[in-house]
Amino acid sequence: MSGKRLVVIALVIAGLALLTVLPVLVQSDSIINLAILALLYIALASSWNVLGGYTGQTNLGHAAFFGLGSLTTRLLWLSVGWPLPLSLLAGGVVAVVFALLVGAPAFKLRGVYFAIGTLALAQVLNMTVGNMFPMITSLPAEYLATYQLAPRYYLFLGLALLTVGTAYVLVHSRLGLGMMAVREEEEAAESLGVSAFRHKLLALSVSAFFAGLTGGAFAFYHVGYYPQFPFGPVWTFDSMMMAYIGGTGTIIGPIIGAVFFVVAKELLALNLLELHLTVFGTLFILVVLFLPGGLVEAWGRIRRVLARRARAREVRLASPEQASGHQTVVGL
Amino acid sequence: MTPLAQSLAFGILVGGLYGLAAVGLSLVFGVTKFLNVAHGELLMLGGYAGFWFFTLWGVDPFLSLPIVVACLVLMGLVLYKLLFSRMVKLSEENKIKNTLLVGFGLSLIFQNLALRLWTADDRGITTSYSGQAFTVLGVRFPMVRVASLGIALVCLLALHLFLHRTYTGKAIRATVQDWEAATLMGIDIHKVYLLSFVLGAALAGVAGALVSVGYSIQPTMGLEWTLIALVVMVLGGLGSIPGTLVGGLILGVTQSLTSYWIGGTYREIVALLLFLVVLVVRPQGLFGSKEG
Repeated sequence: MSGKRLVVIALVIAGLALLTVLPVLVQSDSIINLAILALLYIALASSWNVLGGYTGQTNLGHAAFFGLGSLTTRLLWLSVGWPLPLSLLAGGVVAVVFALLVGAPAFKLRGVYFAIGTLALAQVLNMTVGNMFPMITSLPAEYLATYQLAPRYYLFLGLALLTVGTAYVLVHSRLGLGMMAVREEEEAAESLGVSAFRHKLLALSVSAFFAGLTGGAFAFYHVGYYPQFPFGPVWTFDSMMMAYIGGTGTIIGPIIGAVFFVVAKELLALNLLELHLTVFGTLFILVVLFLPGGLVEAWGRIRRVLARRARAREVRLASPEQASGHQTVVGL
Repeated sequence: MTPLAQSLAFGILVGGLYGLAAVGLSLVFGVTKFLNVAHGELLMLGGYAGFWFFTLWGVDPFLSLPIVVACLVLMGLVLYKLLFSRMVKLSEENKIKNTLLVGFGLSLIFQNLALRLWTADDRGITTSYSGQAFTVLGVRFPMVRVASLGIALVCLLALHLFLHRTYTGKAIRATVQDWEAATLMGIDIHKVYLLSFVLGAALAGVAGALVSVGYSIQPTMGLEWTLIALVVMVLGGLGSIPGTLVGGLILGVTQSLTSYWIGGTYREIVALLLFLVVLVVRPQGLFGSKEG
């Protein structure tokens, strides 16, 4: 077991090292942009997963946090002239403040009403921002002249690591156990002294904070866009789909989902006349219906089948005459 | 005075369609506890069906309504047999959640396909009589919108009578009240579920075709109409057809008065805010009972 653990740790370190030197190794801007998109989605899907996957509250308004983060950071950084780190932090904080303001009434809504309530709320914000800021926001000329991808890449890398790391620490803590208890059975959790409301609010705040930071990084990265753009429902649906396809309620799931989504989108967009959304929609439905644990569960199943076959083969090799009897025992 | 009366009139005319769009969603949700968020996409498909019958073969949009209904019935059947029938046995909470997720997948697929097949252009049906209108006390009533409201009202009345006067309708209502007891009384709830789902799709088709006559359609209209249907469903309360109609009219009038007083860009925002307030203050809807 410890050998296996060492392999995992070695793989993670190797992966991180590769990600760290990627801008040096690869000179192509399009690949770096793709990596940035994947890191952005890892952070966004992982932050959705904290509330949607671990706490069981299907949040259909995640784009609101992402949008608020981007709007705040862009305004403070470009218009007010705050330093970038402070503007980024402010983006996360504004998203949390908004989450707390709406969280208290929203959690009075159970299940489906929470989902459609958050969707409606995000759409209200989406349209309001569209009305208030109808003009495109572009980086000023002095920033454009010195625009470099590498710092943006490292910002997203750090952000993705921070989000995944925080989610990991959180779900392995007592609070994380409480969140999962709320997901499994709210009444039972309450009867054991776990306050469902507090755990939901905590998960919502963490989820909103990292979505807000990601939005801020988006504001730092993107050259020119309509302020309404990051508020679009597509950001919510994309991150939700990634979390589901990878596997909700797992740390690795949203990462796999995000990478899969970005790579497959790139490949499909080239070959399939922009029908990638149809492919993802189909895949998403199949996962919801037949594979609730996503790709993580699929991998687990494949591994178990392979292990069973390998064991059966060992048994057969060891004692051919008893093979069939052993196989059924192992199969159980 | 006249401009205000005019926007009230437009609000009522569109409100009837809102009611029709919502009643399908409400019926399906009430009976099966499926929250089909692809309802707006079914509406979109109905709209395009009417549009193509008119554009390709010159079939009058009001005459092609039965064909549109037939198309959507077929679509409803396929979707139910292929996807939704697999979620019948889940617990209520999981049923709502999973159908919602499957609905999102479906809306993504339909939207993407519609964009590729029919482009992102706004489309609408312009018939020889589209420009005709009559005036009452200085308020203009476009003929096609009045006719659409009439058809919406007829559909709602027909559904009400079907649910209350026929044997099958009573079986549907019995299933809503208590599906276990209904099963014990010999009601095949799988048939009831299928029938409700298909009826919901057909109603969405009619609403979509009417939207393409009086207003305009585009591949991305689904989310907006799903939200409208959800808002009206919550406003009107589940399981009440008159309530749904009144909810639709309230939403239509609220939107047009918002356009009149504040500005057209705020009409959707006010509608959604109204929705959020109702959700928090009175989740069972304005006209619903506590049990839903």
